[in-house]
Amino acid sequence: MRNLSVARRLGTALLLSCLAGAPLAAETFTERVTPCLACHGDKGQSDAPEVPSLGGQPAPYLLIQLYLFREKQRVVEIMNDATATFTDDDLRRFSDFIAALPPPQPPSDGAGDARLERGRTLITQHRCNSCHGLDLAGRDSIPLIAAQREDYLVKSLREYKSNARPGYDPAMASVMAPVDDAQIRDLAFAIARFR
Amino acid sequence: MEETWGDEGALRVEPSPRRQAPPHREDVHDSACRRAAEPVARHHTSCTDARLLAAPALAQQPPAAAPPAAAPAATPAPPGSPLFGRPEGNPAAAKLAPIAPPPIPTAADKLPIAKLKVPDGFNIEVYASGIPNARSLRLGDQGTLFVGNRFIGKVFAIVKKDGKTEMKTIAEGLHRPNGLAYHKGTLYLAELSRVWRFDNIEKNLDKPEKKLIYDDLPKDEAHGWKFIAVGPDEKLYIPVGQPGNNVLNSDAHGQIRRINLDGSGAEVIARGVRNTVGFDWHPVSKQLYFTDNGRDWMSEDIPEDELNRITKVGEHFGSPFCHQGNLLDSEFGWGHKCSDYTAPVALLGPHTAALGMRFYTGSQFPDTYKNGAFIARHGSWNRTTKIGADVMFVTFNEDGTVKSKEPFLTGFIVDNTYIGRPVDVEMMKDGSMLVSDDFNGAVYRISYGKTNAPGR
Ligand code: HEC
Ligand code: HEC
Repeated sequence: MRNLSVARRLGTALLLSCLAGAPLAAETFTERVTPCLACHGDKGQSDAPEVPSLGGQPAPYLLIQLYLFREKQRVVEIMNDATATFTDDDLRRFSDFIAALPPPQPPSDGAGDARLERGRTLITQHRCNSCHGLDLAGRDSIPLIAAQREDYLVKSLREYKSNARPGYDPAMASVMAPVDDAQIRDLAFAIARFR
Repeated sequence: MEETWGDEGALRVEPSPRRQAPPHREDVHDSACRRAAEPVARHHTSCTDARLLAAPALAQQPPAAAPPAAAPAATPAPPGSPLFGRPEGNPAAAKLAPIAPPPIPTAADKLPIAKLKVPDGFNIEVYASGIPNARSLRLGDQGTLFVGNRFIGKVFAIVKKDGKTEMKTIAEGLHRPNGLAYHKGTLYLAELSRVWRFDNIEKNLDKPEKKLIYDDLPKDEAHGWKFIAVGPDEKLYIPVGQPGNNVLNSDAHGQIRRINLDGSGAEVIARGVRNTVGFDWHPVSKQLYFTDNGRDWMSEDIPEDELNRITKVGEHFGSPFCHQGNLLDSEFGWGHKCSDYTAPVALLGPHTAALGMRFYTGSQFPDTYKNGAFIARHGSWNRTTKIGADVMFVTFNEDGTVKSKEPFLTGFIVDNTYIGRPVDVEMMKDGSMLVSDDFNGAVYRISYGKTNAPGR
């Protein structure tokens, strides 16, 4: 389901860049970044299932993650392929470009939902807001998580917990050790709606 | 339930009486984890994870010993978290967090070499650059420089030939391959929880083959990366750090072990070790000296990192009960005495992250350097004003105690910001010294006297 929609987006993106008729070698940066934005959203906010919003991420965090994708240290086939031929300069350029996109906006639903309150309590208890900042906007190598897609938050928190995503800095594995799956869902609900 | 991982309050249990040697079990992957977490044994299950999955089962059993007061409800930062122990609601403390090095090395022409300072008569130059996250250094007999790291899953070999520097990847897909040792043609490599050997490495740089020799190691991320070395007794020394900032660790943590070079015969030789990332043997006394990183969040100024000396097998160096030889821990120290533990031979500054060290046995540097030790300090994160980020030089008295310590290579901190961070030192055959910098992905060479380095 997710793959389908992602593939469709990629297809559209490729089609668009082909229609533009640019020979591959002379692709402009805008052309190169078009497929990225087709999946991730062109205004920093993703509307595709389990595809993260990228807007507002600190450039150092993006650089690290793109590097990990290129080196296949973070294994996600789509992203490993997307970055396979990137030079170090490409990694920097894409990071700087994406970092300048506007941060995602939270959905307006959920008021009065008990998960909101439980999630907020967990954020304080587990001090998510110290590393990620009181505004959960991240800094340097620590990502922005405020208003990130809820399904992606659930996915990434589960992956840190199971060590499927060891991370560049190993901090998240220890952070997640005492957090159970119901708490992960509460956290994701509240963080996705954090404002 | 004889041991646990000492966290989440309710499960804390005193370590069982010290055992000299954990059995070596070739067939068991991470037996320590399993002991704590039977029957959970998934592929890729980390200790932390296994511990958690096992928690309901464990919780039904009464604790074997009265646990210390449970952590207050508002501070459940797990012991593995760098935030464990951080004071609540303090804005200065809230600004401090470990600093991740960039994954991409600094370009050769942008290295901070001109800002680095060495004593009069010494020279510093760039030996190699473009080595991502360059950390542990080991030289082979034929001059190959092996470089390990924490963040890049590869091990690199630097070969200099005909004035050209070539970087080869000799292994990849590894998990935090920080530890390297070289002995009689063989390279030993320690990932977070596995130790490999590469026989005849310098003859096989293009087709290296590795053999797993030891994996009876916990998988905790916190303090899990390793420094390793082969001792004068022809054994491989492997530390197992405590799995968090300040924890009452299981019997399988907080120690230095040694194993035979084929992986057999594991024996614990030191306990109460929080996290050592550097050691070497005194060239004359053959005693093992090791650096140990002190706990975080107690104060900006205490405890200090330690330089320790092992005089007999099984010594306990205090952590987590007593720090820096004279300071009982505010949480675990109650009921303990510092005099029950071996005190350090030198204090190396608070939060300075004293890492790699080597004794100097070469003849290029002036006589005063003979048999002294160089210690790389990575620099603090848990302190408002950064300190460390240098290479220190330490001299010793005949009885093995420390005579003097002074900064040797400095200049890595500018306006309270790192422009580089030293991790390890290694001595070249000609008596010059290499220093790794994981922040810039570079290795520097320090020599004494008139330079004959080409082009400089
Ligand atoms: C076909 C869809 C698709 C395309 C095209 C794509 N991405 Fe991604 N990207 C993803 C998905 C899915 C993930 C989440 C991976 C995961 O689950 O961990 C991701 C993750 C990322 C992340 C990590 C975000 C985070 O918060 O950790 C970055 C950065 C990123 N992509 C940048 C890019 C760039 C730059 C490009 C273009 C060169 C690109 N992506 C192209 C689907 C795509
Ligand atoms: C000790 C510092 C620290 C604490 C505390 C912390 N984080 Fe993180 N977090 C990080 C770092 C560093 C990363 C990036 C790791 C990597 O390289 O994958 C990260 C990554 C993440 C990501 C992935 C974001 C993305 O775009 O892929 C999520 C989600 C996240 N953290 C949520 C949380 C939550 C929820 C908490 C509290 C339960 C928390 N963090 C507490 C340091 C921390």
